[in-house]
Amino acid sequence: MESIKDKVAIIGMGCTKFAELWDWDTDDLVVAAAHEAFEDAGVEAKDIQAAWVGTMGRMSGVTIAAPLQLQYIPVTHVENACATGAESIRGPALALAAKAYDLVLAIGFEKLKDYGFSGLHPYYHDTDKWHPIYRAGSTAPGKYALAATRYFARYGLSRDEGKRMMAKISVKSHHNGARNPKAHLRREVTIEQVMNAPIIAWPLGLFDCCGVTDGAAAAVMCRAEDAKKYRDDYVTIKGFGISIGPGWGKTKSDYDYTSWTETEHAARQAYEMAGIKDPRKELDMVELHDCFSIAEAIATESLGLCPKGRVKEDIDAGSFAQEGDLPLNLSGGLKSFGHPVGASGAREVYEIYKQIQGKAKESSRQLENVKMGLAHNQGGHPGRFQCGVTIIGAP
Amino acid sequence: MAGIVSYGAYIPIYRLSRDEIARAWGGGGRGGEKAVANWDEDSLTMGVEAVIDCLNNMNRELVDGLYFASTTPPYREKQSASIMAAAADLRRELVTADFTDSLRAGGSAFRAALDAINAGSAKRVLVVASDSRVPAPSSDFEPNWGDGAAALLLGDSETTVSVEDSYGLTSDFIDIWRRDKDTYPRTWEDRFVITHGYQEITKQAITGLLQKCNLKPSDFSKLVVYGPDARSHSALAKSAGFDPKTQLQDPLINTVGNTGAASGLMMLIAALEEAKPGDRILWAIYGDGADAFILKVEGNIKKLGDRRGIKRHLASKMMLPNYESYLRFRNLLEWEPERRPPEEGSLEIIWRERNAILSGRGYKCHQCGHVQFPPQRICMWCQAKDDFEEVRLSDKKGTIFTFSVDERAMVPVLPNVLAVVELEDACRFYGQLTDRDLDKIDVGMEIELTFRKINEAGGVNNYFWKIRPVRC
Repeated sequence: MESIKDKVAIIGMGCTKFAELWDWDTDDLVVAAAHEAFEDAGVEAKDIQAAWVGTMGRMSGVTIAAPLQLQYIPVTHVENACATGAESIRGPALALAAKAYDLVLAIGFEKLKDYGFSGLHPYYHDTDKWHPIYRAGSTAPGKYALAATRYFARYGLSRDEGKRMMAKISVKSHHNGARNPKAHLRREVTIEQVMNAPIIAWPLGLFDCCGVTDGAAAAVMCRAEDAKKYRDDYVTIKGFGISIGPGWGKTKSDYDYTSWTETEHAARQAYEMAGIKDPRKELDMVELHDCFSIAEAIATESLGLCPKGRVKEDIDAGSFAQEGDLPLNLSGGLKSFGHPVGASGAREVYEIYKQIQGKAKESSRQLENVKMGLAHNQGGHPGRFQCGVTIIGAP
Repeated sequence: MAGIVSYGAYIPIYRLSRDEIARAWGGGGRGGEKAVANWDEDSLTMGVEAVIDCLNNMNRELVDGLYFASTTPPYREKQSASIMAAAADLRRELVTADFTDSLRAGGSAFRAALDAINAGSAKRVLVVASDSRVPAPSSDFEPNWGDGAAALLLGDSETTVSVEDSYGLTSDFIDIWRRDKDTYPRTWEDRFVITHGYQEITKQAITGLLQKCNLKPSDFSKLVVYGPDARSHSALAKSAGFDPKTQLQDPLINTVGNTGAASGLMMLIAALEEAKPGDRILWAIYGDGADAFILKVEGNIKKLGDRRGIKRHLASKMMLPNYESYLRFRNLLEWEPERRPPEEGSLEIIWRERNAILSGRGYKCHQCGHVQFPPQRICMWCQAKDDFEEVRLSDKKGTIFTFSVDERAMVPVLPNVLAVVELEDACRFYGQLTDRDLDKIDVGMEIELTFRKINEAGGVNNYFWKIRPVRC
């Protein structure tokens, strides 16, 4: 096996505003994100030789070929639940490395808002085995909350301490998202507001849960050896990992809900490819999958960014704020930026891409000297995850 | 000679006070309370609870018949007894039947089971009576009626109570009825229905039996008889020559309510819990006439051991906070339509996985010895393929490993508590936690499994096992 490190480049990216886009349908999302990426790369739709589309709610490659009017090229629909975004980048990277194509499009999108009720459409809970009995009454927050309760119990956090730890994560993410023009929920929140918000699934309150959002993000990619034809400040893929767990952690008594095993495996794959030995030191920023505040807390530990059971210390010390030594979710994260399921993986890469190029908006969010970032993308629920990790950096 | 081998009963954990019903509709408070089945219970699930209490640790393979008696079976057409047999993990070579349409159904089922055993066509038959009747809101019945179930195991040997004699009376007297087009049971003038109907007919059955056997009221330690209300119950006993103070078994009306077809059996079990060997009991079940039996308590009732029965279930309760929660439990109002798509059912899946879903069985891997649920062909632990045996998990107790309280789940009554529990000597189980006090749930809490209705996806009642704090 060979590592893909520095073999594949991203030469253009686009990202729509993430919001409740009542006036846009999926075609609008696709056209906006793809054309912003084409412009950024200095290419046109007719230059694209193959495309990968990641979305959970729609079927088949025609879902982008039609709005973009791609003319009879290969288009692959990929899906790995909420890790779909990572898949949409990995597929084309492998095809480029294999020299099957020279210029490809990767795009993730999701239209979550046309159904008439708040919260996720039940279809998005389908990572559980399809079953009329076993799935009855379960929701994503209900299943993630199982991890929060157990984490508090295992590490001796009182209800107040646990809620407060999670609240600080949301406060930090909102502070970032409030300064990000494309984010969905652009308002600061306080610890008290988060802790006193209505309960969705104890112990998760309204402000521990990411919003339900429409959006799309796209990337134009080529082999690294061709990248200079398009721009000087391209970004390369350093490594990626995908891990699908054997799926029955919920009922297997050696899984204790306080860590994300699939994340550990995907991260290990990605770190090995990228040659990273000490991720806390070597990564400049991490965009991670904070569908719920507890998800960020546990993902931080499972990515090896802090010791198990001790993320609270780093949160209290501000290590993961913009001013800290490793900013997490500088974009605002899924919590503040939003989580259109198929788009988030690509959107996380977009944030890192812009930061490396020095083009973060608003400029107050721009970090200095960003060389390498990790995008963590995760579908499913504790015990049954699909995790994709993508590491990109300056060449 | 056939007799009673064992007994069990079930009273739902929730109670609604009569004062609270009066608060809702007006009128004076009347004291007392009634048992209210949870939203996920019905006569079928309550019957299963009573069966499991009755069978205790007995070898379930020995049961060869199950008769279910109720005026409120969940289906108009579809047998309940067969589903209950699967839930109780009984064998498939079984005779099942539903007895319905009358308050008398429990008596009819009892007689049929007795006759089957005496005729030699069965050896061990369960008779289960259960009712969850819904009276018209703000009717006179509403404060009076309650939910519950009882089960008797009849057999040809090792009997703890023998049946000395019986008497049967039929009557076309109409007192309480419900046609297809009636939402709620209906009745006629009190004085006609109770004084002229219940009291006279039941008295005829009692005196008819006494005459047949040449016995007097003073030959009995207890009269166990259905009563629509405390006053007429007492009057009936007196008119038949019994002393209401010393001989009349409490009709449970002030603590559980009038439980319809289950009433006669539930009162009998309460009597047996206090009975001594040698006691003679006159047991009468009213409805479209009456069935009456003379029971004699045998010496080996002492060897029966503990049951939750009536006493322990009575003492274990949670008060419903208000009348409105009762309306939600029984789904008595037309609610705002749900905008999320309905859950989908699949009879194929329910049938294919009936051993896991209804009988609560998991797989034990022969190669590594681990137990797993849901059953998987490839072992979750050692990845061995198709090398397992089935093990019953539904009778295991355990503790809560973690839980969540979901305020937005798609269930009729929120919140939905999801729990992951460790079952002793078995495996982990994941499901909904019911019959719980939200303030008391915590990691480490002791739990057991209970058979409940999950939903009506696909237009059928989907039953499965839920989790609850150990009841009593």
